[in-house]
Amino acid sequence: MCNNTGLRRVQISVNGEQLDLPAGTTVARLIETLDMRPKLVAVERNRELIPRAEHKDCVLHENDEVEVVTLVGGG
Amino acid sequence: MSIEIQADVPLVLGSHTFESRLIVGTGKYATYEQMRNCLELSGAEVITVAVRRERLIDADGRNILDFVDLERYTILPNTAGCFSADDAVRVARLGREILEGLENPGADWVKLEVLGDKKTLLPDPVATLEATAQLVAEGFQVLCYTTDDPITARRLQEAGATSVMPAGSPIGSGQGVLNPNNIRICLEYLKGADPDYPVIVDAGVGTASDVSVAMELGCDGVLLNTGIAGAREPHIMSEAMKHACIAGRKAYLAGRIPRKLYATASSPESGTIAGKGGA
Repeated sequence: MCNNTGLRRVQISVNGEQLDLPAGTTVARLIETLDMRPKLVAVERNRELIPRAEHKDCVLHENDEVEVVTLVGGG
Repeated sequence: MSIEIQADVPLVLGSHTFESRLIVGTGKYATYEQMRNCLELSGAEVITVAVRRERLIDADGRNILDFVDLERYTILPNTAGCFSADDAVRVARLGREILEGLENPGADWVKLEVLGDKKTLLPDPVATLEATAQLVAEGFQVLCYTTDDPITARRLQEAGATSVMPAGSPIGSGQGVLNPNNIRICLEYLKGADPDYPVIVDAGVGTASDVSVAMELGCDGVLLNTGIAGAREPHIMSEAMKHACIAGRKAYLAGRIPRKLYATASSPESGTIAGKGGA
């Protein structure tokens, strides 16, 4: 599934910032790369929630808009 | 000698049951440590949180969840900062996803806020209604932040809201319950067919007496954040709010005396040694 992707890069928007990532990066890999704690975040790709169980299989594509959120203080 | 007083019923919010009728927010504290202590002192069992982008570059590695005992508190995620039904629904789903992963009982509910205006932070009633219907259809127990308009309140209840939460006054404004008459009417309309339907005053609480006022009107609970976090001494205010909630609730259950224009003496009128006097 991820053949010959070693050299290709993809531009992905993560939390409003443009990131340059290796092609074939999964959501799980993204969370790891960003040094976030998987249990404390939830992820949307193109405004659609990606359930935790699918993080390791969900491959991100060029121009995907990803939101990685967590819980913070609020009233 | 102990005096028996009939125990109060617990606060029932959908499938959740609590002893404390005070719900406290986790925002605006000086430190996470202060927040943790205030929540504990308040006696709250439900605490609200917001859903926000995680920092891409980690400032200090700390997350609020490191300071919240997930076994002790039922987390109530809010949709603060959302100005459309679509965004509120997205945020609710994300909050649920995180809480499901953490196995917190708050995974099935949401405090719905869909705002119409940044300056007043007043809710958009149309978008709130729309989002309520959609979230209810997706299996959420929805606690709706709304104004004290009884008609909107009734619509939200009819749309399936688990609780309607009218604001006492604008968020963070500290003005307390500005329109007790509307809150009374909301209570009448919302509890008419179901006296146990929970109504919670949410927003505008400035000090302890505001909490008591809301509870004395017959509300089932009060939700507040700034009233504690913004106080000069948040730890002391946390205790004050806790006691105020209990006091207001007991006063409501006790049934107050009526307000009268003229005096009615507390001491007997006959048998006084004093000479006759007065009009």
